[in-house]
Amino acid sequence: MSTLSEKLQAPAEHTAKPVRPSQPVLSVREVRISDQAAGREIVHGVSFDLTPGRTVGIVGESGSGKTLTCRAALGILPAHFEVTGGSIELDGHDITGFSTAEWTSLRGSTISAVFQDPASYLNPSIRVGAQVAEVIRVKKKVRRREARRQTIELLRAVHLRDPELVYGQYTYELSGGMLQRVLIAAAIAAGPRVLIADEATTALDVTVQAEILDLLADLREQTGLALVVVSHDLAVVAQLCDEVLVLRQGEVVEQGPTHEVLHHPRHAYTRLLIAEHEQYGLDRFLAPEEDA
Amino acid sequence: MSTDPNPGRTAPVLAVEGLEVHYGPRRRRRRALHDVSLSIAPGETVGVIGETGSGKSTLARTVLGLVRASAGSIVIDGEEVGAYGPRQWRALRRRGVVQYVFQDPLRSLDPDLTVEDSLAEPLLVQGVPRTEAAARVRAFLTRVHLTEDLLDRLPGELSGGQRQRVAVARALVTEPRLVILDEPVSALDSANRVQVLQILKELRTDGVALVFISHDLGSVAGVADRIAVLYQGEAVEVGAAADVINTPRHPYTRLLVRSAPTLHSAPADRAEREALRALLHA
Repeated sequence: MSTLSEKLQAPAEHTAKPVRPSQPVLSVREVRISDQAAGREIVHGVSFDLTPGRTVGIVGESGSGKTLTCRAALGILPAHFEVTGGSIELDGHDITGFSTAEWTSLRGSTISAVFQDPASYLNPSIRVGAQVAEVIRVKKKVRRREARRQTIELLRAVHLRDPELVYGQYTYELSGGMLQRVLIAAAIAAGPRVLIADEATTALDVTVQAEILDLLADLREQTGLALVVVSHDLAVVAQLCDEVLVLRQGEVVEQGPTHEVLHHPRHAYTRLLIAEHEQYGLDRFLAPEEDA
Repeated sequence: MSTDPNPGRTAPVLAVEGLEVHYGPRRRRRRALHDVSLSIAPGETVGVIGETGSGKSTLARTVLGLVRASAGSIVIDGEEVGAYGPRQWRALRRRGVVQYVFQDPLRSLDPDLTVEDSLAEPLLVQGVPRTEAAARVRAFLTRVHLTEDLLDRLPGELSGGQRQRVAVARALVTEPRLVILDEPVSALDSANRVQVLQILKELRTDGVALVFISHDLGSVAGVADRIAVLYQGEAVEVGAAADVINTPRHPYTRLLVRSAPTLHSAPADRAEREALRALLHA
């Protein structure tokens, strides 16, 4: 990976407020999340720091609390879920007690996200280009024609082959991979510093999944975007991340540099995730010690 | 490498030769499968890997007699079934020679039948006496690592992983020669996925032949002896699993291998993927 400071200087429109690259854009400290209705703590203390151009991965099965952690950082926890401990700092601001107005100004321009099922985040009766352009008009306060121009540029930046054509299409005319590209375009439209990809490639074919992961890596290198990649698949996270957190039932059972976690896993659960790939996956053939 | 090197000295359980399948009315006829040939020996597991629109489910459905081929032959256990009508298919299925497991067990298991009734039904249809059927049901439940206390449950009262294992047991209970599995582990989480793959591996000793169809190269690699790669309706590569993964020949297979998430992915893979995408889309 190239140095972050250089990349950050390059595209001016992607950096609303220059911050020293070493300073974290997202800082999660001992965050605890509780279900107030059930009176139960679901996430028992998650911590990580994310600096520009870096990627943190969160691995865990459904119900492990990985999505709740992301939602807390986005200020979109479901009803009666609350952060009951620790702190989250976004671009230097403590988000506890943020008002709706403060969230509205930060979301999209500082932190943004893409999720698993892209079609459900787009209106099926509005052309997809217009939906991306709306984000640009609202966030950047530009006129319609300029928003359209910028949208087409963004659609090109996410490697959609014919951006002008895609601009005028509806969701049903696009494949899952293309829709996810459109949503990534919308997510980065206002030049956020952090992008959360929560199971963003889970529903896609493997070749398309690789295209989207490569695209995220490109964006990170070109713009200094910081990524949080959430997946149930350790290998997906390993491909892209500098640091990995393994979550199980709301507990961080393992955390460290990706290489360390993959090659010297300490927790039994991490070893299970690795064994799954080594015994029942491609790694069965690719791993040097395994001979089929 | 589009021909299938016949591996067995024994007669194949399934031999597909020059299979063609088309969909749609005459004027807008679309080709779903083109010149697909594949043979499977007793006890062998063949993985069929393909992505959306590759024709992999069409292949499963054609071999099961649910879709009619427009050309080519299908031989199951020595019987040419390609031209069979619905009545002959029904007779063949009743004998329990060929069975199947699909992705969603909630759809393939009768929601109103208990596990015991679901598993016993195919045996009773064959005229197996009740006491013998009950004994066999219990034996096969053990084979899929389930316990007898689940026998009086309904499918809705089982976890997703347990349900899929019941579906596998139901496919096995008639002791078929051939089982077609279409995305059997795609809806399962990793612990259940590993368990079902483990069960499928253990079946090998019985001499039952498995066709494991999936979009996920990882799962296929985990159990298959040989792998067939379907791309745009054609079997572009067929070979031993280790060869297909270590030395893929067709550009699409190479892209698949380089795209599948592994613990050993290297930054160099990204450049190779770019080159292969350009080659395939040219």
